[in-house]
Amino acid sequence: MAKEIPNVPDIPDYQYGFHDKDVSVFRSKKGLNRQIVEEISRMKGEPEWMLEFRLKSLEQFYKMPMPSSANSKWFSLLPGNLDELNFDDITYYVKPSERQGKTWEEVPDEIKQTFDKLGIPEAEQKFLAGVSAQYESEVVYHNMQKELEEQGVIFCDTDTAVREYPELMKEYFGTVVPPSDNKFAALNSAVWSGGSFIYVPKGVKCDVPLQAYFRINSENMGQFERTLIIADEDSFVHYVEGCTAPVYSTNSLHSAVVEIVVRDNARCRYTTIQNWAPNIYNLVTKRAVADKGAHMEWVDGNIGSKLTMKYPAVVMRGEGAKADVLSIAVAGKNQHQDAGAKVTALAPNCTSTIISKSIAKQGGKVTYRGLSSFGPKADGSKANVKCDTLILDNESTSDTIPYNEVKTDNVMLEHEATVSKVSEDQLFYLMSRGLTEDEATQMIIMGFIEPFTKELPMEYAVEMNRLIKFEMEGSIG
Amino acid sequence: MANKPNLKIKDLHVAIDEKEILKGVNLEINGGEIHAIMGPNGTGKSTLASALMGHPRYEVSKGEALLDQADLLDMDVDERARAGLFLAMQYPSEVSGVTNSDFLRSAINAKRDEGNEISLMKFIREMDKKMELLEMDEKFATRYLNEGFSGGEKKRNEILQLMMLNPRIAILDEIDSGLDIDALKVVAAGVNAMRGDEFGALIITHYQRLLNYIKPDFVHVFMQGRIVKSGGPELAERLEAEGYDWVKEELGIEDETVGQQG
Repeated sequence: MAKEIPNVPDIPDYQYGFHDKDVSVFRSKKGLNRQIVEEISRMKGEPEWMLEFRLKSLEQFYKMPMPSSANSKWFSLLPGNLDELNFDDITYYVKPSERQGKTWEEVPDEIKQTFDKLGIPEAEQKFLAGVSAQYESEVVYHNMQKELEEQGVIFCDTDTAVREYPELMKEYFGTVVPPSDNKFAALNSAVWSGGSFIYVPKGVKCDVPLQAYFRINSENMGQFERTLIIADEDSFVHYVEGCTAPVYSTNSLHSAVVEIVVRDNARCRYTTIQNWAPNIYNLVTKRAVADKGAHMEWVDGNIGSKLTMKYPAVVMRGEGAKADVLSIAVAGKNQHQDAGAKVTALAPNCTSTIISKSIAKQGGKVTYRGLSSFGPKADGSKANVKCDTLILDNESTSDTIPYNEVKTDNVMLEHEATVSKVSEDQLFYLMSRGLTEDEATQMIIMGFIEPFTKELPMEYAVEMNRLIKFEMEGSIG
Repeated sequence: MANKPNLKIKDLHVAIDEKEILKGVNLEINGGEIHAIMGPNGTGKSTLASALMGHPRYEVSKGEALLDQADLLDMDVDERARAGLFLAMQYPSEVSGVTNSDFLRSAINAKRDEGNEISLMKFIREMDKKMELLEMDEKFATRYLNEGFSGGEKKRNEILQLMMLNPRIAILDEIDSGLDIDALKVVAAGVNAMRGDEFGALIITHYQRLLNYIKPDFVHVFMQGRIVKSGGPELAERLEAEGYDWVKEELGIEDETVGQQG
């Protein structure tokens, strides 16, 4: 088969994405109908129950209106603009070839250079470039896999899980985020592909973060991934998804669903950094349920995309559960980051902390949309919300839209929001010590997102810092 | 000596929002010299400091400032710094999320060529040594730049930067304000440690007090946006003892500030 390595796509202000026209062996027709959903299920060799789930979800999808200020309380103020999103113009399933036979030598130099600038390790670079049959990373993957298996941890892609772990899947799949949750969750439920499945047994603490990029055999970078994590009682797991390399896709819609169940006294941390090309709608539903004494942490970084709508949620349903949501969002030219968090306390003495850091530049738009909810039984619960926005020029804008629901007395809710600019005096101060204006601005921005980067695993923090520097180069105006 | 620094200010006029504050400042500072500028509030002393460093709010309407014969006024703020000018500020900014040591190391490396950055070990050793001299707790290395520092801590931190960056000419803008006597002594010891042929300083202060610990070679009185009288250390002592009225009388000045004169 002839291989064509395309040039870096010609998208204004976005030099770092790439795509490959020719890696797929099966691609469904554009548009969505019952037949396509059936075809997806058949291609995957799925059991009947999953096909039924998909078809029901499709019905749900058709029934639900496009979310807007007219039909949704959540989006009643300043919703993101979905007018140009055309469901008929999207390819819903692309099956990547198992062995593309593509070699590292064939990857364009520009892309390798971009990876180098981002400081991405070579093994990961090769994976990202689609060189999937890559020896070293397979070795790393298998070693990790072996260790996990010995502990009884299951870590595989969700398609595999449907085949191999039907009991767990039937018990949990679609229970945290039901298809009826929202139109995009319904869409994902109908056409989902790829994503991770993790089960951590009682009492097992995974001391190494489980990283998606080592799962090299499947549709890791799909548009409609479906991830399900179950952290059983007293367990701990840290899952790291995505990376700072930009994801380019000819498809303009990415709509994932992530469901997490954190059992009694377990702790789960989910770290994402995503850097989307500016043509992408990134509409993601992420939700965790936390039982008694459980602790759920979302660490969520969103860079790029045309419109991101993403509000990692934690439903604290057991006494003393904890939720932390820490996020950053960076919006540049023609980009809107509508992101935030939803935390709900349904049991006594739950605590939650939301820290949101947003940066808007070159006319970009950032919206913090957040919910802090206390149910009737949430006696003694506390929520703390802190949203900080840094605006780099006069064209960029930010909005903060917090929703609070309090159905019991004796709760504490704190909300603090700041909007700042890189101040003339700060720049003068740093420059008076010899830093150029660019270096000084970068330093201020790095400092601003430091509460986020310090929570990342070291190698990701380094990548993140490089990426932000990249993003900010020449964006001072 | 060829390598002695030299700062030459000639007939410098500076305006903020089109209002003239400095009205013809003349001053020359050489390596090995410490100059003090004294004067009451509102006479334009701090404007001189900020304008020399290149703060964007200050506009030079006339005059010259040369550092080692190079035109300072033609340089950006960071270029002035890399040319060897330093300003210890009265109100240094706070920068959250950036540790003191990261900032200092970046600043040191900004003056060095790529590939010639200061080694981490050498940097840590120097910083430890200087922090000890300034009686700063080692925690200051990892605290965020000036964030939550008390007035006195900020001043010490400015002097720490001065010592680490080793400029050719330093301007200290009211570095003594808000310091108790012990802190004042520590800060003065830091500045005195810098003294030598390759270092010159301009100390701006209200009070003679600081000059008890940093002995100036020249003292200048600042009024109405310029230097109105110069002398040796004895001038500072007389100002401390008698105030500024005798200077005003001698020169026939009624209002010493730049405020009312547009």
